[in-house]
Amino acid sequence: MSTQYTPVIGLEVHAELLTRTKMFCACPVVDTAITKPNTSICPVCSGMPGALPVINRQAVELGLRVALALNSNIAPFSLFARKNYYYPDLPKGYQISQYEYPLALGGALTVTTSSGAETIQLRRIHLEEDTGKLTHASDNQGKYSLVDLNRAGIALLEIVTEPVLHSLESVRAYSTGLRAILKYIKASSGDMEKGAMRFEANISMMKVNDLELGKRVEIKNLNSFRAMEKAIQYEIDRQTRILDQGGLVDQETVGWDDTNGRTISQRSKEEAHDYRYFPEPDLPPLIVEESWIDSIRLSLPELPLAKKMRFISTFELNDYHAALLCIDPDVADYFEQVVQCKAPVSPQQIANWITGDVFAYCNQRELSILEIPITPTVLSYIIDQVENGKISRANGRQVLIEAMSSGNRPEQLIQEHGYGILEDEAALTTMVNNLITQAASEAKAYRSGKVSLLEWFVGQAMQQTHGKADPNHLRELIRKTLDKQVTNNQ
Amino acid sequence: MKELTDLTTREASSLLQRGVISSMELTKASLEIIERLEPSIHAFITLTTELALKQARAADLRLKQARQDKSIPLPPLLGIPIVVKDVLCLKGIRCTAGSRILDNFTAPYTASAVQQLLDAGVVILGKTNTDEFAMGSSTENSGFGATKNPWDINRVPGGSSGGSAAAVCARYASLGLGSDTGGSIRQPASFCGLTGLKVTYGRISRYGLIAYGSSLDTVGALARNADDLFLAFKGMAGYDPMDATSSAEPLGDLNLNEQIDIKGLRIGIPKEYFIAGVQAEVNQAVRAAITLLESQGAVVNEVSLPHTAEALPVYYLIAPAEASANLARFDGVRFGLRATQTSMIEMYKQTRGHGFGSEVKRRIMLGTYALSAGYYDAYYGQAQKVRTLIKRDFDAAFQAVDVIAAPVAPSTAFLFGEHTNDPLAMYLEDVFTLPANLAGIPGLAFPTGFDQNNLPIGMQLMGAPYSEGLLLKTCHAYQQMTEHHLKKPALSTLLSTR
Repeated sequence: MSTQYTPVIGLEVHAELLTRTKMFCACPVVDTAITKPNTSICPVCSGMPGALPVINRQAVELGLRVALALNSNIAPFSLFARKNYYYPDLPKGYQISQYEYPLALGGALTVTTSSGAETIQLRRIHLEEDTGKLTHASDNQGKYSLVDLNRAGIALLEIVTEPVLHSLESVRAYSTGLRAILKYIKASSGDMEKGAMRFEANISMMKVNDLELGKRVEIKNLNSFRAMEKAIQYEIDRQTRILDQGGLVDQETVGWDDTNGRTISQRSKEEAHDYRYFPEPDLPPLIVEESWIDSIRLSLPELPLAKKMRFISTFELNDYHAALLCIDPDVADYFEQVVQCKAPVSPQQIANWITGDVFAYCNQRELSILEIPITPTVLSYIIDQVENGKISRANGRQVLIEAMSSGNRPEQLIQEHGYGILEDEAALTTMVNNLITQAASEAKAYRSGKVSLLEWFVGQAMQQTHGKADPNHLRELIRKTLDKQVTNNQ
Repeated sequence: MKELTDLTTREASSLLQRGVISSMELTKASLEIIERLEPSIHAFITLTTELALKQARAADLRLKQARQDKSIPLPPLLGIPIVVKDVLCLKGIRCTAGSRILDNFTAPYTASAVQQLLDAGVVILGKTNTDEFAMGSSTENSGFGATKNPWDINRVPGGSSGGSAAAVCARYASLGLGSDTGGSIRQPASFCGLTGLKVTYGRISRYGLIAYGSSLDTVGALARNADDLFLAFKGMAGYDPMDATSSAEPLGDLNLNEQIDIKGLRIGIPKEYFIAGVQAEVNQAVRAAITLLESQGAVVNEVSLPHTAEALPVYYLIAPAEASANLARFDGVRFGLRATQTSMIEMYKQTRGHGFGSEVKRRIMLGTYALSAGYYDAYYGQAQKVRTLIKRDFDAAFQAVDVIAAPVAPSTAFLFGEHTNDPLAMYLEDVFTLPANLAGIPGLAFPTGFDQNNLPIGMQLMGAPYSEGLLLKTCHAYQQMTEHHLKKPALSTLLSTR
């Protein structure tokens, strides 16, 4: 395997903006997966003759929020352009997009990788409109395609990095970090299942210690983190293999075939589209006044990195858990609410429970933290019960899962299952004495130095109490009883 | 009393509001003359008789209610029959833009300008002929056959709003809606002896106007005099939230009914518009009109618009470039003609190949080329720069003068086929009208005489942005002193033998 090449990767992220209406018309933005086709369309977004676009101010505002959050330089003057090409999902025969004068230039996102903090430089951020959706089908008449224009004209924000990513880890860190920001500032749902966030990657291989970039391959249709990572790794391997064999990589555009796990060439450099961009005459230049930027800046929430640093300093969380909690603003808020419940548990313990059992439960059932019926107070109660020895950890986890799925009160669950710790000291003592008497040979072995048998006794005792006793307390009681009998015998 | 069809909009409006005549009578008179003359003229692509009768009934009801209840406002256009160029969408009615590719297209919505007039109570008689996608100066490029000039049916009515011009000229209606991208209202107005207004870019909403050259397109009207035109202008002008390029500039206080004093009005004569190649009678008539205005106290000075000669090449880069994108939506996927082909690419090719006429294809190719990688800067980019220079010429001129007077077209109406084999000669028809579109300024065409063939000669006044009122006032003053606009073609010779 060759080590003489470094991958050079640039990412383009398309994020659907959370606007009420489309980018250039008043059609409501609908969930295209469940809405009847072509029901949220009008003359503008279906490209009827004579219809004209009008810029959606909310889309611009959301774009500006993202630009500010990414420290990108907002252009006081930007222009929309027409990108011309023919395809049945593009009603006007051109897409309105920003080209020569984008909404914002530059900017950066700082992420954490195993080698420390890494700052990913951005090239530009611009607004555009989405296309419709084609469904290819066939019947006994032959093949045909269905066009649904509900998605056509939905506002998209394109965020483009410089070609500065050199590893899959950086790609992952950048894309999850960017998604977190989009969600924090409520610019996009970041919901990849619904295509609200889509990727295109361009990859070339650079000789180590060389300044010249190799030929660029652009991968389209990357609709999940997983597909993006697999596609990029595939391209890195493919290009490395070609270069190792002394070959040359062709500059081309490829598509990711997720089913077969490979990229497929779509068009070569020679076949590249000439989009014939020119300024959109139907729209005046977009002028962004300083005062607008100022008011948006004031309305920005705390961003993921700042929140993580605050969690570390205020709650003494470790970096790993703080980062995990801050990926989703809803999770971070939930964590803070549990902390505020003021149970005698540490924030780190709360972080462990949320990123452990709660995350596992949510991931398994594909739920967001807002969808589980367990209030911060309830979670705080369960954590307190376990961490302060009132129920066993195993039973605590069982209670948590049941509370999350049924919404029942944990007090009630503990009682129903009889999970409450046995605190009757006399009963415990009797039970331990009986156990030691019945297991005379084990007791003898212990006393003659086989101290590891202590845990066997604890296990037996726990079984007898159906896990209701505090194992630490039991262990102490059994050790004392065994030792005392030794003393008595002497 | 005059024939109903000879009434001006203002006269008809007054009679309607006083209850002397009904909108139904007026509409039926229009439909009757249309029935008699249309076989000779062919001004319409689609007649909307039933719609017109329905609208006339509704207008009469409104008029009756308003006469009983004085608090109900009476828009001056209430009950007035009009014709609409077939590039403006009217919901539920076929809209073709003169193209076979839209032969079966029914507009799903109504253009904003038309809607404003509908709200005011107009009666729409039909959709008028146009050069395909408004690309042309004679209506010969229409996919539905050419329109004849009522002054001489062997001659073109001008274009592209030739259908509306012929309709108003033939007394089908007193008002016709048109569009002007490079002279498409003013030149047919000139050829048909009408008064036609091209407004400031953005003054009237373009929403629902099938786009040709988006940065040049304007909606306007043709009438028999400035006063009627003023009513149409006022009925359509104003900001429209559906058109981001429309303007909220106030109309200003206008009243054409009072005597207008043009003393001190500064009229500029651009030397670049009085050049060799212009028909001598056109030159003379325009100069005579200027002299008449001067005799009434206007101050006449020569001005220079040095980049006038560049307007033609600049226009024929910018307009086709925009058109090449604007016409991309006619792809057979969602509406209009669709060729039955097995592959998508073949479907596109056949649909557009069969649906578009040769002039449209020529301009799509010109525009596509001008925007292509490697040529953009030399063509489209350079054209935009020169466009700025043309605009600056006008800005500078309007520092010194209030209006600029010039011929509308180099000649009077030409014969069918005279220019069809030579696109460049046809393009020269627009040489005096294109600059106003490139500069975005208003232009008003009106008759100032007749040539030896008894064909109308037109003059145009151009003004600074949003000076439509001044142009209309000046024209109105002229029309109060002259009778060219009152002359009527010999329509009786055109009567079809039924």
